Amino acid sequence: MEDRTLLNRQLAQMLKGGVIMDVTTPEQARIAEAAGACAVMALERIPADIRAAGGVSRMSDPKMIRGIQEAVTIPVMAKCRIGHFVEAQILEAIEIDYIDESEVLSPADDVYHIDKRQFKVPFVCGAKDLGEALRRINEGATMIRTKGEPGTGDVIQAVRHMRKMQSEIHRLTSMREDELYEAAKQLQVPFDLVQYVHDNGKLPVVNFAAGGVATPADAALMMQLGAEGVFVGSGIFKSGDPVKRAQAIVKAVTNYQNPKIIAELSEDLGEAMVGINEQEIALLMAERGK
Amino acid sequence: MTIAILALQGAFAEHAQMLEALHVDSVLIRNLEDWDNYIQQNPQHQGLIIPGGESTAMTRIIRDEGLYEPIRQAILKGMPVLGTCAGLIMLDPQHLNTMDITVRRNAYGRQLGSFNHVADIKSIGKDFPLTFIRAPYIEAVGPGVEVLAEVDGHIVAAHQGNQLVCAFHPELTSDTRVHEFFLSLVK
Repeated sequence: MEDRTLLNRQLAQMLKGGVIMDVTTPEQARIAEAAGACAVMALERIPADIRAAGGVSRMSDPKMIRGIQEAVTIPVMAKCRIGHFVEAQILEAIEIDYIDESEVLSPADDVYHIDKRQFKVPFVCGAKDLGEALRRINEGATMIRTKGEPGTGDVIQAVRHMRKMQSEIHRLTSMREDELYEAAKQLQVPFDLVQYVHDNGKLPVVNFAAGGVATPADAALMMQLGAEGVFVGSGIFKSGDPVKRAQAIVKAVTNYQNPKIIAELSEDLGEAMVGINEQEIALLMAERGK
Repeated sequence: MTIAILALQGAFAEHAQMLEALHVDSVLIRNLEDWDNYIQQNPQHQGLIIPGGESTAMTRIIRDEGLYEPIRQAILKGMPVLGTCAGLIMLDPQHLNTMDITVRRNAYGRQLGSFNHVADIKSIGKDFPLTFIRAPYIEAVGPGVEVLAEVDGHIVAAHQGNQLVCAFHPELTSDTRVHEFFLSLVK
């Protein structure tokens, strides 16, 4: 493996057990950092507002992203559209720490994802199942997250994706060696990645939960289901008391197996984001890019 | 011997794997109760590892969980501690304030500045594979601190009595010598 790919996978390892928060201003970024976020995702509009506004959603203004890079010392991530390698080139030019090739923005290409191996800067990509995750890793992604429906405050899809991925991983680990070739064919991924999962019982990169996480309990749920950390988008700055909620979610991820601590953290958090149920969504972002 | 690994955020599992390879038990510390249990159950041969991750996140949690003073006092009383990357930052005067070092955070810039290197570490050995990820370095050390390694004129490993720190990540390599040296401080 190339040095750069390994270093990029290793940065994701440093983010484990942490919370990555969506922020739209330097002020929000500072709040997130002080609350204990291990990284921030800089974007002009959080997913709930993207959903409400409709229309084509693109990479954020580089100047706005730079403002956030200057405001905090933790890693700063930003989103580009699926397949839009020039947006990715721009983000690399401003030395972003991680690019999210994200279904939250409008896809720029309905066939090809970005050839992420051509970049020095690392990429995180969404995946609903093991096949998607391994295809993205094959393209050069060095971190994976679930594709839970963003901007809804409904965790059901993130749960579905994490459970599916974990059960497919378990299935691979229990297979005989000679069955792996057929598994690779079915998953539409290279054999060596299937063999890695079979031998190690996990993805070759860090796997986070994302989409619909709104409470400390949601975050702990995703961790208990096998996530190695959590992205929180609209859940924090669309809630009644962002500072308190951000701190509570950070601590819930650390102590995800301790219900007593999570109970204390869940007290007096004010209003959670209102949320939309899965059945009420007109646009399924998770269906973008497979 | 059982080693405590601070598991508030970051790459703590990698340190546990490293210790496992050396046939040493470890316990993850996520809150004050975990810490109190560790101290009670291990009256002798105590040792602490503070892993890589984000020092701002660890600082927030270490204070809110009431771990700041107990850990600081234990280190000041002589508990051996190994800090890697963010763990190095955690021991400086602006954080746990147990080690006489001046640290520059993100000294090599953003992720594009992350790199690999090979260097010797004084008192430990030669030709270590060093992995630097958004790493800090030590700008200056006090009189009681021994410099163990430098890269391009910057201090990247140091030793002060019971405290051992490195700006790189030995837990991400298969080279166990730094951990073995740390364990020799515990015995």
